[in-house]
Amino acid sequence: MTVAIASGKGGTGKTTVALNLALAIDGPVRLLDCDVEEPNCHIFLNPSIQEREAISIPVPFVDEAKCTACGECGRFCQYHAIVSLKTKPLVFPELCHGCGGCAKVCPTVAISEVEREIGVVETGASGTIRLVQGRLNVGVPLSPPLIRAVKRRTGDGGPVLIDCPPGTSCPVISALRGSDFVVLVTESTPFGLNDLALAVEAVRALGIPFAVVLNRASTGYLRVVEYCGRESIHILLELPEDRRVAEAYSRGRPAVEEVPGYRLVFQRLWRDIEEAAHLQRAAGGVVHADA
Amino acid sequence: MTIVVTADGETLDAPVDQRFGRAAWFIVYDSLTKEFKVVDNRQSLDAAQGAGIQAAETISRLGAECLLTGHCGPKAFRALAAAGIRVYSGAGGTVAEAIASFEAGRLTQAAAADVDGHW
Repeated sequence: MTVAIASGKGGTGKTTVALNLALAIDGPVRLLDCDVEEPNCHIFLNPSIQEREAISIPVPFVDEAKCTACGECGRFCQYHAIVSLKTKPLVFPELCHGCGGCAKVCPTVAISEVEREIGVVETGASGTIRLVQGRLNVGVPLSPPLIRAVKRRTGDGGPVLIDCPPGTSCPVISALRGSDFVVLVTESTPFGLNDLALAVEAVRALGIPFAVVLNRASTGYLRVVEYCGRESIHILLELPEDRRVAEAYSRGRPAVEEVPGYRLVFQRLWRDIEEAAHLQRAAGGVVHADA
Repeated sequence: MTIVVTADGETLDAPVDQRFGRAAWFIVYDSLTKEFKVVDNRQSLDAAQGAGIQAAETISRLGAECLLTGHCGPKAFRALAAAGIRVYSGAGGTVAEAIASFEAGRLTQAAAADVDGHW
């Protein structure tokens, strides 16, 4: 089973939940850190990195001798990564999504594709956890190809947990696609509620069953619980603010290993996730989006 | 000569929009006939990335020879240079004032971008 841990808002506790689940599950587990702009699971796991692989996307290279400056490439590109202003085209590789369309529409076959490195995928192990993480190069604005590369290296054995990037845009969709279940982590604040509602819309559009973990549940702000009630969204777990957890986190230590009682909390959470995923699948009505 | 000025409104009295790529409007001014037309740039305004390049494509199609604007970033500058459009960044006041300054030779042609991308 593949479970993605996502949120609308950043800093709600995605990594905390993903990491503590990975440590609480018995037997082998695969943890994919798809927050490739700032992967941080490794800080808590100190894995031994066994493989490191550079990931590239294809970007256009123009053979100016063959180019007639017809402008077809620039008219095709929706990202303005290649433009032809009555001249031989200019290429802006940093804007290129690597679709290859410009090369296909070029009538004189003046465009070929060259590789541009966008980041690395690292694979390592820590205890029974196989950790795969992406690291986007500084200055690269395009993370989905790297996220997909992380997911292609999932490997075999045990459940898969995906630590997603925050937000609801392309990187998150790339990370969520193909998951069996999504855990949306939010917090009891107006910002948490606003961004949870956006994330719920995104996950519903993808057709993946989901439920909520409510972090910082002791703020006294009740609207997240009210919202989940109105929307018939299951809250799997409420975590109160706990200084001991925050202090352990700040030392790079996971709650399940530092704070008494938390291993049981996350073992139960995993059981509840499995049950919720099973029930929602059995209830039907959920159509999986294509991976 | 066709001069394009970035504008915050649709008239010659409108302030010069300090942004190029994400300028609200382009005033396309013909220095011979003294006539102008207004072009909506909201398409670039909503672009996630590449707004400056898209704006350069737009004004190139409009036949721009000179651009008067507040600031111009590196990608836009590269595209404008390739299209042979002269850039005069540092324009201010109203569109009419910027055109008058340009025609009086008080604006200097930019040799490079004067701000970073996404400033």
